[in-house]
Amino acid sequence: MAGPIVLTYDVQDGEFQHVGEASSSVKKELRMLGVSPEALRRISVALYEGEVNMVIHAHGGKITVEITPEEVRMILDDVGPGIPDVEKAMQAGWSTAPEEIRNLGFGAGMGLPNMKANTDIMEIDTRVGEGTKITMTVKL
Amino acid sequence: MTQRDVAKILNARFMDASQDFDREAVNFCGADMMSEALAFSHENTTLLTGLCNPQVIRTAEMLDVHALVFVRGKTPTPEMLEMAKEKDIVVMCTDETMYNACGKIYHAIHEGE
Repeated sequence: MAGPIVLTYDVQDGEFQHVGEASSSVKKELRMLGVSPEALRRISVALYEGEVNMVIHAHGGKITVEITPEEVRMILDDVGPGIPDVEKAMQAGWSTAPEEIRNLGFGAGMGLPNMKANTDIMEIDTRVGEGTKITMTVKL
Repeated sequence: MTQRDVAKILNARFMDASQDFDREAVNFCGADMMSEALAFSHENTTLLTGLCNPQVIRTAEMLDVHALVFVRGKTPTPEMLEMAKEKDIVVMCTDETMYNACGKIYHAIHEGE
């Protein structure tokens, strides 16, 4: 039996002007695999928000996407500062983004809530000073 | 309402004459923060924004935005226009403020109700 299709991407630190290339590539692949437009949009938004967060807060990391006929699982793994208070970070509007990021149109505190809203399962594994691993699943 | 109709209402100019301006414009969203657009936008959306950087095009791509309207006289760079063309996103620019642009479109949609 064939296993999942696995896509991996390295997200670079300090590349905010180019952030989203991994999400764009995943979207293209999923579209070619025939994923429904509705699921595709949810996956794209969740992954893009995660990729943006990785660059804003965690100085980059690794994205892994596992695709089966039943679901798409996205794993975002970084060695950034970690999230001290996950409950607070999940509140819409709460953000620690610096001014220059807000000037670029992000950092409004909608990222994590939006990722949760667009996925069926979302798990956050974070350790202050070590990093964060977010796993999101969208059922197809 | 088509994108051509939207441009007429907003006195907007299309930035690439080769694009399809007769596509239907179904939903509209006005946002200067891409975080808001990502949270609240619907499918088949025309996004009005005063933010002008490449991440606007990327956000539009993720949301399957069909058209972008840059308000307040903002003009996208050639790089942004190239990105938009690759993603089949119609781009237009207007000198209208966000408030006026949204108001004019809302009025045109709901006129006579």
